[in-house]
Amino acid sequence: MIVEFGHYAFVLAFVLALAQCAVGFLAWRTEGRAVRFVQNAAILQFLLVGLAFAALAQAFMVSDFSVKLVYEHSHSLQPMLYKFTSVWGNHEGSMMLFVLILVLFGALVAVFGRGLPPSLHTLVLACQGVLVAAFSGFTLFTSNPFWRLNPAPFEGSELNPVLQDIGLAVHPPLLYLGYVGFSICFAFAVAALISGRIDAAWARWVRPWTLASWSFLTLGIAMGSYWAYYELGWGGWWFWDPVENASFMPWLAGTALLHSAIVMEKRNALKIWTIFLAIITFSLSLLGTFLVRSGVLTSVHSFASDPTRGIVILAMLAVLIGAAFTLFALRAGALRAGGLFAPVSREGALVLNNLFLSTAAAAVLVGTLYPLVLEALTGARITVGAPFFDLTFGALMVPLLLLIPFGPLLAWKRGDLAGVTQRLLFAIIATLVLAVLVFAFLGFPVSMAPIGLAIGIWVMVGSLVEIWERAAFRKAGLAQGWRRLKGLPRTVYSTAFAHFGVGMTVIGIVCATAYQTEIVTAMQPGQTMQLAGYAVTYDSEHNLEGPNYVAERGTFTIGAPWGGERPLTSERRVYPASGTPTTEAGINTYGLSQVYVQFGERFGENARVVRLWHKPLVLLIWLGPVVMALAGFYSLLDRRIRVGAPQPARRREEEAQAAQ
Amino acid sequence: MAMTRKQKRISIILGLGVVLAIAATLILTALRDQIVFFYSPTEIAENGIAPGTPIRLGGLVKDASWRQDGETNIFVVTDGAREMEARYVGILPDLFREGQGVVAEGEIQADGTFMANNVLAKHDETYMPREVAATLQDEGLWRPEVEEEPAP
Repeated sequence: MIVEFGHYAFVLAFVLALAQCAVGFLAWRTEGRAVRFVQNAAILQFLLVGLAFAALAQAFMVSDFSVKLVYEHSHSLQPMLYKFTSVWGNHEGSMMLFVLILVLFGALVAVFGRGLPPSLHTLVLACQGVLVAAFSGFTLFTSNPFWRLNPAPFEGSELNPVLQDIGLAVHPPLLYLGYVGFSICFAFAVAALISGRIDAAWARWVRPWTLASWSFLTLGIAMGSYWAYYELGWGGWWFWDPVENASFMPWLAGTALLHSAIVMEKRNALKIWTIFLAIITFSLSLLGTFLVRSGVLTSVHSFASDPTRGIVILAMLAVLIGAAFTLFALRAGALRAGGLFAPVSREGALVLNNLFLSTAAAAVLVGTLYPLVLEALTGARITVGAPFFDLTFGALMVPLLLLIPFGPLLAWKRGDLAGVTQRLLFAIIATLVLAVLVFAFLGFPVSMAPIGLAIGIWVMVGSLVEIWERAAFRKAGLAQGWRRLKGLPRTVYSTAFAHFGVGMTVIGIVCATAYQTEIVTAMQPGQTMQLAGYAVTYDSEHNLEGPNYVAERGTFTIGAPWGGERPLTSERRVYPASGTPTTEAGINTYGLSQVYVQFGERFGENARVVRLWHKPLVLLIWLGPVVMALAGFYSLLDRRIRVGAPQPARRREEEAQAAQ
Repeated sequence: MAMTRKQKRISIILGLGVVLAIAATLILTALRDQIVFFYSPTEIAENGIAPGTPIRLGGLVKDASWRQDGETNIFVVTDGAREMEARYVGILPDLFREGQGVVAEGEIQADGTFMANNVLAKHDETYMPREVAATLQDEGLWRPEVEEEPAP
């Protein structure tokens, strides 16, 4: 009954979304009842989809196997957390989550967008209505999660064991908050094209949504990467897999959008480009959804994909993106060019940033889709692997990373490159000294890695220069400098820390890739292996039984180079319900470095094949994005870009006086 | 030296053009050199792939062909018509099983065997790598309908 109720609520939300876009597009020039209807419809949809989602979640929590989806993807013995996360551990449920987040953003715009010009507000909600209608319709008609089974089975199948992890509770919701959040930027872009009002104010309204989505997407990708790292058990954290690229392309485009929106807001320039990016970013999110959901590309991460429904997503994609770009082609010519700037200026630096980021996104896109195109054209089956992406993406990132510290120091309109270089002199010297120290410590190995390390250090040190300069401790003294630091706008801090996070990630990637130690060997119980100074002893193995699996567990003792021993366990599990084996890697963390043990097949009488890694500073790979995302959230607190289009202080004072 | 409006535009557009041209060259070169072709054992025999070329080998793991020699795994990849011996040093993915689909990345050795540096696994237990499925369909070994789950 509850499930039927949820189904009904979902159908209502779909119909309401249709009404919302119809009314919105017809009546966006008016004010009054029609406008209020559109806003209330957006809020009501969130409640209805929320109810539908709760009903589905309830069916999973109580293991109601009369619901087909629950039967197929859950089991009564699963721990409660995994019963809940099973809701989106499958195609239908993940579409529900997608729609839930779509309507959540719609409702947020309805509530917090009241400061927007009414026509723009209504148009944005109308566009959002189109998206909600499209995706809830898709869910209802091709991937309905509420279908029943008659008679109801006694026991369910099982959630894919690899997904039975806390990662499934964290990664998909964060990723979708990012993916789907960009729908708001898309809606704003389309609304701006329809209404013809595209100016600095528009950029100011879009920026908080871009920032929030970008921060969530950054977290989502990083958490997904860490999850794959410890769960897939092969010690890798990024495979340039189509599904990873699918989330990375919107991230690259979104990062570009984040920066170009600044130029548009401050200088009223790059308008057409920013609108274009807003459309492209969400288009890439949709493309990602298509790639993941359809399974047209072989991926290590995809699950529960269905090629037949992929065609429908492709059709929706073509219509939505096609319509947006048609509109763009028709209206973009009418935009007047904005402020001029010299090649060397803050705008110039941000243009370069956009150039490198969007070219990188294009490179990833080409590499991801090329196998599809080539197979369609010639029938040859190929893989575009990591070497392609390392080469193209890496080459594009090097200049971008080198330029990061310059950007925030350049003046708007016309910058002084010599002056900025002089101001960065300290950072340059610090980078060189630190790099030389690191090289000396590593014994001057001849490879690309030290250059990568130096770039990482450069980005980290260079990012902090602006804060240091603004404080002017040397000129103003400690107390005055401290007061200045406290008075700095939050955006200055968030820029510096986000860039700092990029540097952290670079260092993590370089260290974990170039300086890792890997040993594959057969070990007898009691045997000790030396791994980059760590003594890894294989103690014993024994069998154990989990709630819904049986496991062979290997127990190890890891002796650190500086003394002290810590135990480590690594497991091979089998989930009897589906007969699926998984590996639970054993990971011990030492500072920012990790020792990673994969417990392999039996070898001979007692021995086990084991794979041991030492990964120095590997945690920086994920801490960097966390810092970036936190910086993004922190800047959302800045008064100047708070959600809901802040009013200028002057106007508020006037209103206060009028009230008195 | 103050630049005119036109000069500013042109210098920016030139700069963008140069970067884009470099990037395009890079992508095209990499596409020529860095892609890896996927072959079944039959295709390898027919096309005469030179030893040392990085390729992906796909097919089914032949029943009762997997054995260990130290840390080296030795197994036979078959597509029904022809087969090829493959070696891989390390731990095979969880879902590696005899009779199941497999994709191995590596090079053909001078002695005609295949040395894999990576064997691909998947999250999904019912998964058949797309390329393997296509190969097997070509050879008439695999019919998708067999894979369907029985009705509850």
